[in-house]
Amino acid sequence: MRRPFEDALTRRINRAPSPIVATAVPWITVMLGSLTPAIPLIASSPVLPPFGFMFLVAWRQIRPGLLPVWAGLPLGLFDDMYSGQPFGSAMLIWSVAMIVLDVIEARFPWRNFWQEWLVGSLMTAVCLFAGALFATASGASTPPILIAPQLMLAVLLYPLAGRLMATFDRFRLLRFAKVR
Amino acid sequence: MAPSSNRRSGSSRRAQYTTFIGYLVGGAGAIIGGALLIVSIFNPGFMSTLRGAGTDAVAPASSIVAEGKADSEGLVETISGYLDAGRKNAHLKRDIERAKVRLVEADAIAEENARLKSLLGLMDENPKPVAAARLIGSTSSSTRRFATLGAGARSGVSVGMPVRSPMGLVGRVLEVSNSTARVMLITDSESVVPVRRAKDGVPGFAQGRGDGTLQIRLINLGINPLKRGDTFVTSGSGGLYRPNTPIAIVASVTGDGAIAHVISDPANNDYVIVEPMWAVHPSSSSQDEAPATGEAPAP
Repeated sequence: MRRPFEDALTRRINRAPSPIVATAVPWITVMLGSLTPAIPLIASSPVLPPFGFMFLVAWRQIRPGLLPVWAGLPLGLFDDMYSGQPFGSAMLIWSVAMIVLDVIEARFPWRNFWQEWLVGSLMTAVCLFAGALFATASGASTPPILIAPQLMLAVLLYPLAGRLMATFDRFRLLRFAKVR
Repeated sequence: MAPSSNRRSGSSRRAQYTTFIGYLVGGAGAIIGGALLIVSIFNPGFMSTLRGAGTDAVAPASSIVAEGKADSEGLVETISGYLDAGRKNAHLKRDIERAKVRLVEADAIAEENARLKSLLGLMDENPKPVAAARLIGSTSSSTRRFATLGAGARSGVSVGMPVRSPMGLVGRVLEVSNSTARVMLITDSESVVPVRRAKDGVPGFAQGRGDGTLQIRLINLGINPLKRGDTFVTSGSGGLYRPNTPIAIVASVTGDGAIAHVISDPANNDYVIVEPMWAVHPSSSSQDEAPATGEAPAP
């Protein structure tokens, strides 16, 4: 009796990563991050960081070029379906973020942990500020301090999000498809 | 470490085109997003069908987790209840003694109320609730305050219906899909509820601030009569919300009104009730309504 994944974990010869899994995992994880509003947590103020966006930035830093530059558009659309923001808000912010990340990478080709944390945190901060701005664009008034808790949480959790995505990256490249 | 150089497309025409088109579509994505954003800022219901379909799709999973969460919370409460059972017991006994006296008083008042109402020829307006359901999610990472209700058009929920819990008002239905509905909580920054002070009927509006509190704005400007601890109920002006639903308690007084805490914290409610929309009847609207509040009638 073979345990699941035993082949994938032990045999290396004559096995290759499944191209479907290798392509789909980043998209699926970012979409799962966007699904936080489906958690039955009835928050009376914004408390959770934007996990979908953080996962997207983390994937972009772990594997540059794996998600195409235009990935912000479809993934942002999915996020907009659940986030409660005005429709189009995430599509705009995420598309711009993907281009900005590309520029940053071209400008600073040598990177380290602290720099990636800084870039990820700054991107998330801008995402939250812009999101709050768009949400109140039609005349509502909210105290600007409102996003402080989730911003703090986002900065602290960003390295963990990166770790999590790195784990998914290892899963993505498991060799469980038989080469014929 | 330096990034892998797979971004450099080299001399392959195909790779060059792929990179170029990637940037092109990326830029176009930003422009499309911006255009949709402008449309939806001016027309908040934009794409609500798509949103509804998406929420319907994940609702079964959310409902199951919501049930599990309610059960586990009950367990924690039971355990923590044991820890200070003695002190609580003494408290409860004293409270029950007081409550018994109050209950007798309340019975008398209810009887008097019924008698007076029959004299006035008023019907007792306690409408049948449309649906009872759980709140199965909320926009916990956005500054807007929406919750997802586990009942939709199939249960008879329609746009505009007020949602309440046994404690007080929770919000109103904003968008409806087949099996779920999107509820705008009263703490949302665009929710405005006509209210009055419970004890003497000082009229005002309660506007959400997005952080779990409400800004109470008085209609009659001048000396601010509000005090800490004042209770506000809905006034029913302009229809939509039934009068006398508890809504908020004043936490701090400001120059032109007050900041109030919501009585019915939606996070603590197991079930909420969807009520039919309340319409002002010409015959019964004259007694204790706030006159001329400027609120548009219910759609």
